[in-house]
Amino acid sequence: MTTALSTIRICDFTGQLAGAGATKWLAAFGAEVIRIEDPVRQGMWDILRPMMPFKDERRGVDFGGGFNNHNTEKHGITLNLRTERGKELLTRIIEQSDVVAENFAYGVFEKWGFGYEQLREIKPDIIYVSHCGFGHTGPYKKYKTWGPIVQAMSGLTFTSGLPGMEPAGWGYSYMDHTGAYYMAMAILMALLHRQRTGEGQWVDMACTEAGATLNGTTLLDYTVNGRGMRREGSPNSNRSDSPAMAPHGIYPCEGNDEWLAISVRDDEDWRAFGRVVAAEWTTADRFATLEARLEAQDELDVLIAEWTQGLQKFAGERQLQAAGVPAAAVQKPRERIDEDPETERLGLWPTVHHTKIGEVRVDGLPARFSKTPWKIERGAPCLGEHNDEVLSRLLGLGPEEIDALREEGVI
Amino acid sequence: MSHPTGAAPSALEGIRILEIASERGVLAGKLLADMGADVVTIEPPRGSAMRSYAPFVDDRPDPEKSLYWWHYNTSKRGVTLDLESPRGRELFLRLVASADAVLECEDPGQMARLGLDYPDLAEVKSDVIVVSLTPFGRDTAKPDAQVTDLTVLAAGGPVWSCGYDDHSIPPVRGGGNQGFQTGAHYAVLSLLTALLHRGISGEGQHIDVSLHAAANATTEMASYCWLVAQDEVQRQTGRHAMAMITMPTQSQCADGRYVTTGIPPRWPHEFSALHAWLVRLGLVDQLPEAIFLEQAAEKEFIDFSLLGQDDEVNAIMGAGRDALLLIARNVSAHDFFIGAQECGLSAGAVYAPEEVIEDPHFKERGFPVRVEHPEIGRTITYPGAPYRFNGSPWRISRRAPTLGEHNDEVLGELGVTSDERAKLRADGIV
Repeated sequence: MTTALSTIRICDFTGQLAGAGATKWLAAFGAEVIRIEDPVRQGMWDILRPMMPFKDERRGVDFGGGFNNHNTEKHGITLNLRTERGKELLTRIIEQSDVVAENFAYGVFEKWGFGYEQLREIKPDIIYVSHCGFGHTGPYKKYKTWGPIVQAMSGLTFTSGLPGMEPAGWGYSYMDHTGAYYMAMAILMALLHRQRTGEGQWVDMACTEAGATLNGTTLLDYTVNGRGMRREGSPNSNRSDSPAMAPHGIYPCEGNDEWLAISVRDDEDWRAFGRVVAAEWTTADRFATLEARLEAQDELDVLIAEWTQGLQKFAGERQLQAAGVPAAAVQKPRERIDEDPETERLGLWPTVHHTKIGEVRVDGLPARFSKTPWKIERGAPCLGEHNDEVLSRLLGLGPEEIDALREEGVI
Repeated sequence: MSHPTGAAPSALEGIRILEIASERGVLAGKLLADMGADVVTIEPPRGSAMRSYAPFVDDRPDPEKSLYWWHYNTSKRGVTLDLESPRGRELFLRLVASADAVLECEDPGQMARLGLDYPDLAEVKSDVIVVSLTPFGRDTAKPDAQVTDLTVLAAGGPVWSCGYDDHSIPPVRGGGNQGFQTGAHYAVLSLLTALLHRGISGEGQHIDVSLHAAANATTEMASYCWLVAQDEVQRQTGRHAMAMITMPTQSQCADGRYVTTGIPPRWPHEFSALHAWLVRLGLVDQLPEAIFLEQAAEKEFIDFSLLGQDDEVNAIMGAGRDALLLIARNVSAHDFFIGAQECGLSAGAVYAPEEVIEDPHFKERGFPVRVEHPEIGRTITYPGAPYRFNGSPWRISRRAPTLGEHNDEVLGELGVTSDERAKLRADGIV
């Protein structure tokens, strides 16, 4: 099978999900992604390397479950960039790379002597993508972030919550995922530009800005109508103002922490919903129009919750879907990973082989390509796992030279 | 390559993409158009449903004044075309012959019914790239399932992880239609990957993206804790859902606003800076445990692997947290954010979206951009670039198209004469 990106080589300094997630996409389509890690700190700049979850009782920098998830199909080498020899080897790798990608804090990579100007001297058409919380310019450029802080500063934490309560925010690093998507898009678009013009460039990505764009309509409501989200009764993100739908919410079902999401988009949905619920109130005049239902959402939510409380969530989903009303059970991890034919059919949870962990399942990609399918079979590299292979193949070093580098603490 | 005078080059210049207007994928077209692709969005002659989505300029419903439509359709050209009619389909195929890619989000089976599925399109343009973004993928067992952003995020996993410590409160869907936007992100990644491949091989292809799968692949620990260890995460207020309960990280400040206190201090210099901050605020007397901050500041290294076993390490950890909580109660959220960051601590204010676009950092970086709306004689501020390309910059090249705005231009490019265009209009084809 052909691979889409097999001619591309990435010199990869990314870590955590916000960076590693970007190069995971590229590696799955055949790009040669070479992770470069610090042997002195055991690659622990990427804090996920030794972190839970673990498949078994073994621990250490090669056993982190999240690290394995985000670094499938990549190569891994170690280089001590405090040494001249380490810098020289990196220079020779950059010479043969299409892209240099990193998500260090502002200034770190430049301090090592690899800012964009230096990279361009090494390879004139290099594509350099830097990704940090606030970008490389502006008053906050030196400030540090991780996913939840990016989400807070970009407005996404605020816009997730119920009225009269503190922000619920995102129960995971949504902006690590999405920052990685934007970083991968930036790499791909810069590669397309180079394919056409022969020119490289630098992309300065601030994760908070990528996050801020995700509330676009809300921002226009502010700049055009002067209406901000910080106001009485706002936000109520289980409801839908844009587009306006009612009722629209998440309702309790039979059992412990079981929920059903229901969206009634229009009057037709409302009539279909009424036929399923078959209660007097569903035909009441006071709920007959969208406008009226938007006004009466609090009352409707109480009535609907009374109905759903006796329902099994998947049965509720089936009944409403059969009537054409958008409804979905709030699925727990087991339900959507192990018991959902719609994710199984897509092969969304491939099993990889990791040199030390063994066989373990990871996130796949939600896209099927007819000619160049993705492939995720190999787990994340152990620390320095491909030192011999990469240094000999790419830089032509012999076994003795590589052994010497190991003894000198360069790799 | 030639560029309009004075304009910087665009990354996706010369790439033409046809987008069948749909809320599910509308962001994908914007991302490509703002990077210079010629994205032509195709609406039915009566207009896309998105034109009826609130909010509106001055809250007056008007198909030309939906802010939803405006935001998601910048830099695109707009044409109307009745794909249900044979002549509409014939024109669509002529457009495809001139295009590099097609982005469609129709329910499974719909494009085939119209005779416009990938094989039909590849007949008129052999190297065309077609991206289909559908609720569950093209060969789903439930092709008729109805979805909204809420149901995508509920079934796909994100909702399970979001909400409050109190589990009698429903879990929460994050705002802003992020389920559709996540699908659109994957549609863009797919399309760009296929374009690069085509540039090398000359080969087009069909790509089948599932919104449900995209949400499933965007849940971080919820998925991989299950995949690796069969642990089920539980939602918590304002912080990561985890298999085990963790300490709160969100705190209310003196101005009633919230901060995320982030990663507590770990290094001696951070404890030193935190102590100095307490002193500057005159709060040190209110925290007897401040003595542990000073102790920590004197050390060379604090071994937090001893947490829970060593009394001093426990006291240091606790003092760091308590100091941050005390400061939060006494200063505004913004001052907390700045003060903590100046101590080298990763912390953030929980901004409402409008506070982001007004913040000096984002203003200095040029995040708010001005877009001309000549049709109403106004210039409107829009959210700006998600990434900054120094060689081929992101740019909103025009406001969203009015209904059928580019019919004459785009059909004219196909060689459709003005008489023929008038006839198409009269017959309701455009």
